[in-house]
Amino acid sequence: MTYLIEGETGAWEVVVGLEVHAQVRSRAKLFSGAATEFGADPNTQVSLVDAAMPGMLPVLNGFCVEQAVKTGLGLNAEINLHSVFERKNYFYADLPQGYQISQFQHPIVGGGIVTLDMADGQSREIGIERLHMEQDAGKSMHDQDPGLSFIDLNRAGVCLMEIVSMPDIRSPEEAGEFVRKLRSILRYLGTCDGNMEQGSMRADVNVSVRKPGEDYRTRTETKNVNSIKFIMQVVEIEAMRQVEVWEQGGEVVQETRLFDVARNETRPMRSKEFAHDYRYFPDPDLLPLKLSQAFVDDIRATLPELPDQKKVRFMTAYGLSSYDAGVLVQEQDTARYFEEVAVGRDGKQAANWVTSNLFGALNRLGLTISDSPVSAGNLGKLLDLQSADVISGRIAKEVFELMLETGDDPVRIVEAKGLKQITDSGAIEAAVDAAILANPEQAQQIRDGNDKAIGWFVGQVMQATGGKANPGSVNQMLRAKLSAN
Amino acid sequence: MPELADLTISEARQRLDRGDLTAVELTRSCLAAMTAKQDLNAFITETPDIALARAGESDERRVRGKTLGAMDGIPVAIKDLYCTEGVLTTAGSHILDGFVPTYESTVTANLRAAGSVMLGKTNLDEFAMGSANVTSYYGPVKSPWKISDGKDRVPGGSSGGSAAAVAAGLCLGATGTDTGGSIRQPASFSGIVGMKPTYGRCSRWGIVAFASSLDQPGPMTRTVADAAIMLQAMAGHDPKDSTSAPIGLPDFAAALTNDVRGMKIGIPREYVIDGMPGEIEALWRKGAEMFRDAGAEMIDISLPHTRFALPAYYIVAPAEASSNLARYDGVRYGLRVPGETLDEMYARTRAEGFGEEVRRRIMIGAYVLSAGYYDAYYVQAQKVRTRIAEDFTAAFSKVDAILTPTAPSAAFAIGEKMDDPLAMYLNDVFTVPSSMAGLPGISVPAGLSAEGLPLGLQLISRPFDEETLFRAAGVLERQAQFTARPAGPGE
Repeated sequence: MTYLIEGETGAWEVVVGLEVHAQVRSRAKLFSGAATEFGADPNTQVSLVDAAMPGMLPVLNGFCVEQAVKTGLGLNAEINLHSVFERKNYFYADLPQGYQISQFQHPIVGGGIVTLDMADGQSREIGIERLHMEQDAGKSMHDQDPGLSFIDLNRAGVCLMEIVSMPDIRSPEEAGEFVRKLRSILRYLGTCDGNMEQGSMRADVNVSVRKPGEDYRTRTETKNVNSIKFIMQVVEIEAMRQVEVWEQGGEVVQETRLFDVARNETRPMRSKEFAHDYRYFPDPDLLPLKLSQAFVDDIRATLPELPDQKKVRFMTAYGLSSYDAGVLVQEQDTARYFEEVAVGRDGKQAANWVTSNLFGALNRLGLTISDSPVSAGNLGKLLDLQSADVISGRIAKEVFELMLETGDDPVRIVEAKGLKQITDSGAIEAAVDAAILANPEQAQQIRDGNDKAIGWFVGQVMQATGGKANPGSVNQMLRAKLSAN
Repeated sequence: MPELADLTISEARQRLDRGDLTAVELTRSCLAAMTAKQDLNAFITETPDIALARAGESDERRVRGKTLGAMDGIPVAIKDLYCTEGVLTTAGSHILDGFVPTYESTVTANLRAAGSVMLGKTNLDEFAMGSANVTSYYGPVKSPWKISDGKDRVPGGSSGGSAAAVAAGLCLGATGTDTGGSIRQPASFSGIVGMKPTYGRCSRWGIVAFASSLDQPGPMTRTVADAAIMLQAMAGHDPKDSTSAPIGLPDFAAALTNDVRGMKIGIPREYVIDGMPGEIEALWRKGAEMFRDAGAEMIDISLPHTRFALPAYYIVAPAEASSNLARYDGVRYGLRVPGETLDEMYARTRAEGFGEEVRRRIMIGAYVLSAGYYDAYYVQAQKVRTRIAEDFTAAFSKVDAILTPTAPSAAFAIGEKMDDPLAMYLNDVFTVPSSMAGLPGISVPAGLSAEGLPLGLQLISRPFDEETLFRAAGVLERQAQFTARPAGPGE
């Protein structure tokens, strides 16, 4: 589905490229041994290197390199066996060295591809231009003292991956889905925890608009957007703003902008905040990073099954629709849960239970799948009870609600509450006979050939048995008794 | 009787071993000489308490038979570019006011682990930028060498305090650092041995950075053998410095065989430069004869890109410096001059904290890295650097070592060349090419100028072949028989 903005001069297409900064999951920083844990007291995770004391030198953390290569492989990207760390020079109080060590001309990862499954069933391929490693800066705090700014260097030197997409994104939904998919891949790989609320992932959003078929027009870059919702909002409002500028005869200026959440608008940063000549040059304290093909191959061999592969397998192994499979593989915990329920059972039924009943209930209770009161094992048992005709579908839903409340084994619940389906045909026959006797008029209608009333009769019998009779058997028996004439 | 402080490391070592001298006596002699020669301004910080404590520990070890090696108990001076735990470290700059590191540089830690005794921190050109030790915030260093005109001479730079201290007999050896000649040129001016190892031989960790791809620590001593002994204690792979070479150390002193028979030594024709005093050329020729006499084969070679080395150096070194010195911003340590805004604080702190020469190089460096100039300057300079290295590689397919003058002149008077940075930069014309190629080099005192000031000759060898360098230097030292000493305290 094409997303177009209807302006006064016709339709406008939105062109979006994202630069996602993802914090690498690692115990130590990119060039120092200091810890990276979130939420520590200010300036308690700062080494001499991070504080840029005189004479200190960076030493590359090999684990961060593995994580970057792993991520590159997960993005189906080219791994560059030769990459170079460069210095990006600028002054700021939370940048102790006066430069950020980053990769510029020679990033560790080159072109790749991320495939998006859109809600309308379409899939979209978004190109990855590059991935490079860089140091994070510290944090400036301007609200601690009326006259002073405070600096927390805990983050300074933490390894970030900057993942740059091609300008292939065409709508707010695609932008959101791209980040969701990227986060899913990073979490599967274990290379980034993807916790946007803790700042582990944030994006610079590049937006331009154009008339369909035109070349690209000038873009703006909105910095540091830190949730999927906000990213989608930025695409939308920035595109609208640009359409308005163009249509009023103005000119969109290439600039860096900020997103003001409270006012739901983007506005230009003061030019001083970004007008840097970064004077990039190769960091003479670090040798070029040379990887062997064997190193890359070893990492490739450790890659887990990724969302796309898992999705295909779920579709073929469990007969799921593309959409259901896509939903189930997004989070590893969900996929694992589903698979535990589905294995050896009807996959579609398992998917229905997980995506509608379970997700619905968890949503209602505000729980994630990892703290679901209904374990995958118990949900599987419930499905078994239903497919073995021990309980009906209706009773199964009832049992499920009890499982949510108590976390109990469904077999025990069914036993304890006497919810087993009545399989004794004598008992069913008695109930059917009683129903016919009590409702002679309706019985006569059926005998006269009005089949519709059968359903009503089944309902009567089910009610009389507390839902425990097998509706199929009841139906059969009613037909046998009432079609005799 | 000569002062104990005038002993060479080898001599002191023998006397310590024989037991007719203690490290404490030796150290007291050095401390007394330092006090007597305070007018040289060779030291920024003297550390007598640390010195005597370490000397005492050394003597105890010796008594217990647990001596740590050839440097145990040897008093040395440390260039104030090396961070020393608990001791003021200034880099000769106002901007590091009051900076006392909580850590010890790898090289000084190595020296300490080898038992040597730190006497103090020596003066230097600010951030090692200079060739005369006149840019220090702590004032110029005077060379101990005096001549009849009565004008104070520069000791050379940037390791001027170390050179003066070794030459004047205030210590038995000193550390220097060499970026474009900062060990070798002051050694030549001061009549001592100055050795720059191969880039990567000594760790740079904990040494205030000037130009990271060129900086290299090295020893400054009174003899070649002492340089070999001292380097042995300083050098070695350090995992904390990614540019430190992960290779083992040979026995440098053992390389001093006094035998260069059959060794091929190159004389590069490009090192004859316009305006070079005749006495320098004459000394160079004399040096070649000495080697010939000792059985070496002298070969004329060409290093065709030599003339591009100095201009390229003055792009690469300032470029790196402009970035390396960005951390001196008044935020975390050292001088802070407050301002209304962060930018104002930066501007004031750095304007006041850095001297003129440092500011000049930061400006040059920022300029050559800036958008639109990067390719024309920095990238071009790196290409030149590659060519220079290729020149040496080609030369070393024909020769084992190269002989050149160390500097194009003898020491000049303090105040000269101060207003002419380009003339000052020319001091390093013979030392910069090998720095750009990362090669080891050594300056050996080989004669006196007509005025009576020392002149050195430089030897250069293949990367990580310091052994050949020491072997050749040892022979040059023996043949040259340089015995002149600067004026003693009574003169």
